[in-house]
Amino acid sequence: MIHLIAFSSDISPEYNHFFLLLVIICGTVGTGIAAFLIYCAWRYRRRDPNELPSQIANYIPVEAAWIGIPAIVFIAMFVYGVKLYFDIERPPDNAQVIYVVAKQWMWKLQHVDGTREINELHVPVGQSIELRMISQDVIHSLYVPDFRIKQDVLPGRYTTIWFRATRPGAYHLFCAEYCGTDHSHMGGWVYAMNPIDYSKWVRQGGAEGSLADTGEKLFHQFACANCHHYSGHGRGPNLVELYGRAVRLEGGGTGVADDAYLRQSILAPNARITEGFRRSIMPTFQGQLTEDQVIALIAYIKAVGARPAQSIATESYEPGTAKPAISAAQPAPSADVTKRSGGR
Amino acid sequence: MATHTLPGATTENYLNSEDGILSWLLTTDHKRIALLYTFSITALFFLGGTFALLMRLQLLTPDGALVDLETYNKLFTMHGIIMVWFFLIPSIPNTIGNFVLPMALGAKDLAFPKLNLLSWYIFMLGAAVALYSIFRGGVDTGWTFYTPLSTGYAMGYVVMAAIGVFISGFSSILTGINFIVTIHRMRVPGLTWFRMPIFCWSMYASSLIFVLATPVLAITLVLVSLERIFHIGVFDPAYGGDPLLFQHLFWFYSHPAVYIMVLPAMAVVSEIIPTFSRKPLFGYKAVAYSSMAIAIVGFLVWGHHMFVAGMSVYAAMAFSFLSYMVAIPSAIKVFNWTATMYKGSIELSTPMLYAIGFVGLFTIGGMSGLFLAAIGIDVHVTDTYFVIAHFHYIMVGGSVMAFLGGMHFWWPKISGKMYPEFLGKLSAITVFLGFNLTFFPQFILGYFGMNRRYGSYAPEFQDLNVLSTAGATILGVGYILPLVYLIWSWKYGEPAPDNPWRTTGLEWKTPSPPPKHNFEVTPVVAWKAYDFEAQREELHLG
Repeated sequence: MIHLIAFSSDISPEYNHFFLLLVIICGTVGTGIAAFLIYCAWRYRRRDPNELPSQIANYIPVEAAWIGIPAIVFIAMFVYGVKLYFDIERPPDNAQVIYVVAKQWMWKLQHVDGTREINELHVPVGQSIELRMISQDVIHSLYVPDFRIKQDVLPGRYTTIWFRATRPGAYHLFCAEYCGTDHSHMGGWVYAMNPIDYSKWVRQGGAEGSLADTGEKLFHQFACANCHHYSGHGRGPNLVELYGRAVRLEGGGTGVADDAYLRQSILAPNARITEGFRRSIMPTFQGQLTEDQVIALIAYIKAVGARPAQSIATESYEPGTAKPAISAAQPAPSADVTKRSGGR
Repeated sequence: MATHTLPGATTENYLNSEDGILSWLLTTDHKRIALLYTFSITALFFLGGTFALLMRLQLLTPDGALVDLETYNKLFTMHGIIMVWFFLIPSIPNTIGNFVLPMALGAKDLAFPKLNLLSWYIFMLGAAVALYSIFRGGVDTGWTFYTPLSTGYAMGYVVMAAIGVFISGFSSILTGINFIVTIHRMRVPGLTWFRMPIFCWSMYASSLIFVLATPVLAITLVLVSLERIFHIGVFDPAYGGDPLLFQHLFWFYSHPAVYIMVLPAMAVVSEIIPTFSRKPLFGYKAVAYSSMAIAIVGFLVWGHHMFVAGMSVYAAMAFSFLSYMVAIPSAIKVFNWTATMYKGSIELSTPMLYAIGFVGLFTIGGMSGLFLAAIGIDVHVTDTYFVIAHFHYIMVGGSVMAFLGGMHFWWPKISGKMYPEFLGKLSAITVFLGFNLTFFPQFILGYFGMNRRYGSYAPEFQDLNVLSTAGATILGVGYILPLVYLIWSWKYGEPAPDNPWRTTGLEWKTPSPPPKHNFEVTPVVAWKAYDFEAQREELHLG
């Protein structure tokens, strides 16, 4: 038989145990009901056209039992389902982020080291991968059946999903949310590779600089540095060490400078103004930047923010010194504050 | 006491009391309006079924055997729109419900007979607009109209299809109001709430949903149209909208709408099983309260359609919990139908075969819902064929089986003729087998990861798809069979006695077919529902 589905991620064994348990419970109850119906239809078949059987129509203990027992079983299923869901949805802290931009009808995947892929995703086995996803047009949904993961990809908002492949292989990558004419063809493959094969693949890739490098070029191309000085004295807030920090906002309240916050600050800057800065200074970049470019800018801001803990705050920054100080491929754990899209 | 059919009663009845096409088009008789609805929705059912058959043919081969992807997308969209809004939702309430409800209450008609006729005209207008959008080139948004696909990207006659659905919604609202008022105000003396057959309870529950949920759909469709035409930003983030807002509004209607489809089916089955078991429905009050619980809690579970949509984890937990809670009254009903058969006197006539088939298929559909309500399990199987199989088990295995069972059950009353019993049983068995062969493989396909709404698919899924298509052809035969012999029996069938099943409902205490105003003498009720003991002598039992 052709390969139909595999257990190829951390989640799949746990998923399958629960699924099998549900099959057994429901299969037993369903078979029992069917057998009882057939038994009654045969055992109590009408023998005399005028017969009137006993008219018992209520028996409280039985009624109570079949209200109470399903209720208990259902609550157990609920709890188990929630536990599995949390395991599926909560990425571990060491997850490596890969950015995904979906559009009609293709998947664009961007590794932090700058490697770009279309409809293919290469990952090392054993490494937790967090996909941070956004759509350029309609709603899509990233689905890898062998990993038992699926998450809708929305326009205007990042959503995330994570997995850790446990076996090398090629696995279907599907779009699961109907997205127009070529929805059926919006897919590709996830290649889970041995770490050695993976590093070979990375070397062959020949990425032209990291995602943060691309972001830095954009940062200068769009003249962001004119206001966002490294000195901290510009018309806009200093972006160094910003990523993952709490930000005090004008008009009260705080925000956390995560991906969603930075994306909004670029595309709709007046929505949330950092305390001490003026509204309506920064122009909107809505329509001028693609989602890929926004992601690159965020990667850059993240790169100038993630510093080794011991060296924070005392050094002064000069343009150019920030970048080499960090490795964009290994974001600081504390910086990863955007989890699943719950908080909006 | 009961009103007996007078010996030598007049042969004038609702079918022959007036002649001419206008006597049908301008009738306010609930029984004639029920027949108008029956003709309309039967035609629409076979149209929607043809789309389904074309889809199944397409899926015979991985690359698509029949049409291009755009056409396939239109096929499943139109299949969904027609089957949901122009067949399933009006199916049992507006045909069997319209025909039986007033008689089951001992009433001469519904509370607002003219409103009843208006609701048919509105329905036909809505259907005409929707059909026009199809024949002009169709729609390819899926019946769910998800934004921003529907408002900014999809080609086709989206607004027109939405207007068709919008119009038909008013028909639902009017029917709901009519049923609610009728049940409150038109019960004959002695027919207290807890003496009503479960049929009336379930119709009441689904009418509540008609009235409370449909306006939300109407508002949503208006907003979709405004955004599509005038680019008013409600749902599309490019205009400052929120695409998830659409899903919340849409499912706030469309989940309760599932209960609009299945509560009337439960209504029908709750009459058939006691009749052919010759026993009162087991746990009457529990079943009555279950209907109401389903109608109310059913409003609070819409979020389970959105577990992977980007909703907050805690909202997902709440919706998961409530979804399990709404499963409890459904489970109660299944157990009570089953218990009704225990120690009964069971006759496996056609309606009973359909009803038992309903219980089996509804149970499978319901239990697959337990999988989907577990959030972690839902992540993998949602938007796959697992979900397709799940809701077809409820809506086709459940509602359509019950619709056919009900049509056979009340056919003697509706037509005054008996249907051919052997062909009836054959159709029930054919539908049951064809249905399972069509949809059970889809559970497996879904688990393996075959996505819904795919016009072409990975080659490893082919075997199960061929099996499913084979089942669909058998199912199609099973549906055409009753159409043929019921029409035949209308003319050539044996004349039906007033109460061929020797059962207890008030509708069986009138002649078959009933006179224009149902009852010669207003009946008075002095017994509980399904009380065979109290009517023992009248029914010549024991």
